[in-house]
Amino acid sequence: MDIISADNKIIIIGAGLAGLSAAITLAKEGVDSVLISSHPSERAQSVMAEGGINAALNTKGEGDSSEKHFEETFKAGRFIADEKAVREMTAAAPDVVKELESHGVCFNRDENGNIDLRNFGGQKYKRTAFAKSDSGKQIMTALIDEVRRLEVEGKVERLSSHDFVTLLFSDGDKQLVSSAADNADEISDRDKRRCTGALVRNRYTGETIKLIGSAVIMAVGGLHGLFENTTGSLTDTGEAAAELFRLGVTFADLEFIQYHPTTVSSGGKRMLISEAARGEGGRLFADTGKDRIYFMEEKYPELGNLMPRDVTSREIFFMRKKYPVYLDMSDLPEEIIDKKLAGLARDCAKYLKKDIKKEPVEVAPGIHYFMGGIYTGADHETEIKGLFAAGECCALYHGANRLGGNSLLGAVYGGKKAALSALRYANVKCTPYAYYEEPPVSPAGEITAVRRILSDVLGVVRNGEAMRAALQELESLSSKEADFARAFLQCALFREESRGAHFREDFPEERDEYRRRSIAKVVQGVSVDHPF
Amino acid sequence: MKVKVNVLKKQISPSHYLTFEYEGEPDDSVAKLLRYYNEEALSRGDEQIAWECGCMINKCGACAMRINGVPRLACSSFLYEYEEGKIILEPLSKFPHVKDLITDRSAVFEALKRVNVYHAGPVHQDEKNLESRFESASCLNCGCCLEVCPNFNSGQNYTGAVAAVNGYRIAAAADGKAQLKEMRKAYAKHYYEGCGISLACHDICPAGIPVEDLISRSNAALVWGRRV
Ligand SMILES: Cc1cc2nc3c(=O)[nH]c(=O)nc-3n(C[C@H](O)[C@H](O)[C@H](O)COP(=O)(O)OP(=O)(O)OC[C@H]3O[C@@H](n4cnc5c(N)ncnc54)[C@H](O)[C@@H]3O)c2cc1C
Ligand code: FES
Repeated sequence: MDIISADNKIIIIGAGLAGLSAAITLAKEGVDSVLISSHPSERAQSVMAEGGINAALNTKGEGDSSEKHFEETFKAGRFIADEKAVREMTAAAPDVVKELESHGVCFNRDENGNIDLRNFGGQKYKRTAFAKSDSGKQIMTALIDEVRRLEVEGKVERLSSHDFVTLLFSDGDKQLVSSAADNADEISDRDKRRCTGALVRNRYTGETIKLIGSAVIMAVGGLHGLFENTTGSLTDTGEAAAELFRLGVTFADLEFIQYHPTTVSSGGKRMLISEAARGEGGRLFADTGKDRIYFMEEKYPELGNLMPRDVTSREIFFMRKKYPVYLDMSDLPEEIIDKKLAGLARDCAKYLKKDIKKEPVEVAPGIHYFMGGIYTGADHETEIKGLFAAGECCALYHGANRLGGNSLLGAVYGGKKAALSALRYANVKCTPYAYYEEPPVSPAGEITAVRRILSDVLGVVRNGEAMRAALQELESLSSKEADFARAFLQCALFREESRGAHFREDFPEERDEYRRRSIAKVVQGVSVDHPF
Repeated sequence: MKVKVNVLKKQISPSHYLTFEYEGEPDDSVAKLLRYYNEEALSRGDEQIAWECGCMINKCGACAMRINGVPRLACSSFLYEYEEGKIILEPLSKFPHVKDLITDRSAVFEALKRVNVYHAGPVHQDEKNLESRFESASCLNCGCCLEVCPNFNSGQNYTGAVAAVNGYRIAAAADGKAQLKEMRKAYAKHYYEGCGISLACHDICPAGIPVEDLISRSNAALVWGRRV
């Protein structure tokens, strides 16, 4: 095994938007980093993002503000996100978007030459900056260009095609106190370990490398690979998260899984029809065979088709029990489709053989985003000193339900914030030794069972009986993925209420006593500690 | 629709083709077919086919391979396009082979470094060239254009069209010519002097990027020093 002592470098695992943002921030602060990813950044899920990124730029004369952005984000998350963190992120959002512009992102422009903004779900103001309907790809290209410069200058080392295997630890450093622990009053046993690196494996050669650095930032994306059909990338397998869970890293809010209202089955997974379609005027309707019911507009006169995703997905779910539901973009001016939704029109033509200018598309809710993930403080540090998390793998900003456009923001801002927080370790001399625990090999094929079990019971609508049976079924499985899956179900069962994306038909009301986050971690082997 | 699929299993010596039949819808993609095969193989306990994929929707460039001899993305190649019912899958041939359908395409990323595809100074965003910069930033880095290029060989100096396609957005957003000094030298040496203008790259691009147009714009800026 090769041992690379990365001196005082910070190790970033995951090279999507959050990982790139962290690397760029560190370089600005004069700290070098190693950027590890299973696939090159160009292939990360972030390139798939379509609709845009939120920031209260307030260029439309609507009186938008960061405070309103905060309020809408916190409310859509049903009041359980980290309030301080959300406030900081929404306040920083305009600068984040301007910084992206300074890196060359080709945002659409309005008639005044400003970055154009569109409407997005759950928000009363035009607040979503976009690059047609390929926002993720355009933002990623610009940040990759910047990281390429840093690579050439020797400030970032990119090791693409490397899988995360496990974390390296060394003795705790007494002077450094994890501030995440300040928020974690629910958890009594504070972690004494200090994370100083990672074991990674080259996917092409099989060679394992022990990377010792001064701190580690996890930016491994969402938990898509633990479920059957999602809109996400197949590169986001959830394996890294399952390994962290096995190591005793605390997770939060796992029961909150975002179903995007408008997805279609394609290529053996779900294809997204971006919220941008409705942001630009697309309408949902149910087809009774005789006429069309514009059920969202009828029931929610103010926001109509742009209600938050949890609400819209549920409405579609129940409506589909009676009638098929369609998304109609055929009334949109051709110019809007060509200038703002070109990518979406292209995808529908290629994969669904539909001309969206002429015909509606039948849609159904599909898994799209994980509000839950690694538990951190507002500074993005976990309970393990020197271990940080950012991007979709980190549960911090979105509470029980994420607003569209807030996760690109959370990834860029979170990567930056994690990097700035990790700076406090940057000058700590590398430990000469670091230990790790060889992870167990998961039995072949078990992940298929885990995916089926979770997907079956963690739908748009859930019930206790089915989830208890699923928990029972998981008992026969032994992989770390199965242990992790248990935590999802325990959190979902424990939360005997309906909040945001977690809707239980046996407890359909939101209950005040549950207005808090769910916390899950492994204690003594496999059991999951107090979900709350 | 039934198709007979031959997949080159190259890591085993001697190389051989794995042959199987797949019955699916005409609209099924080759990527869907491969996923299906691997799921079945997993449940049978058989060896899977090694290949790379991510988005399954033509956005990440991971799944590039030779399909009936033509470099394409498996997730945007559909069964109905192969009416004769025969599909041969092989790895790209211009890049170091890893396993089955996987090749190491680091050469694409190295090429972009070699011609300085990054902003060496402040970025000047001009609405007039926004559309072309957008096209330039849409490159999937899949390597299909390099696979068909008669002059490109991985490990050698010539970068192929990725340099011109991606270089454009840098050239077009430079705040003054001085910023492009190093890039112009590198571009001439590693791209311009090696291009034989076969333009095979233009037709093959799976992202539908107007490659020829971006090449001529990049040449104008980076060889002749014009504003683009
Ligand atoms: C189709 C689609 C459209 C979307 N549109 C929008 C939108 O318009 N606006 C918005 O705000 N959000 C959108 N989202 C959500 C948003 O794109 C993601 O949440 C965000 O891009 C996540 O960024 P990230 O950096 O956290 O992770 P990712 O981009 O997923 O990157 C994860 C990185 O981790 C690496 N990795 C994963 N596992 C391992 C491992 N085991 N070992 C090593 N490396 C590993 C991967 O290779 C990758 O580099 C969309 C999502 C999808 C799927
Ligand atoms: S899997 Fe992403 S382009 Fe084919």
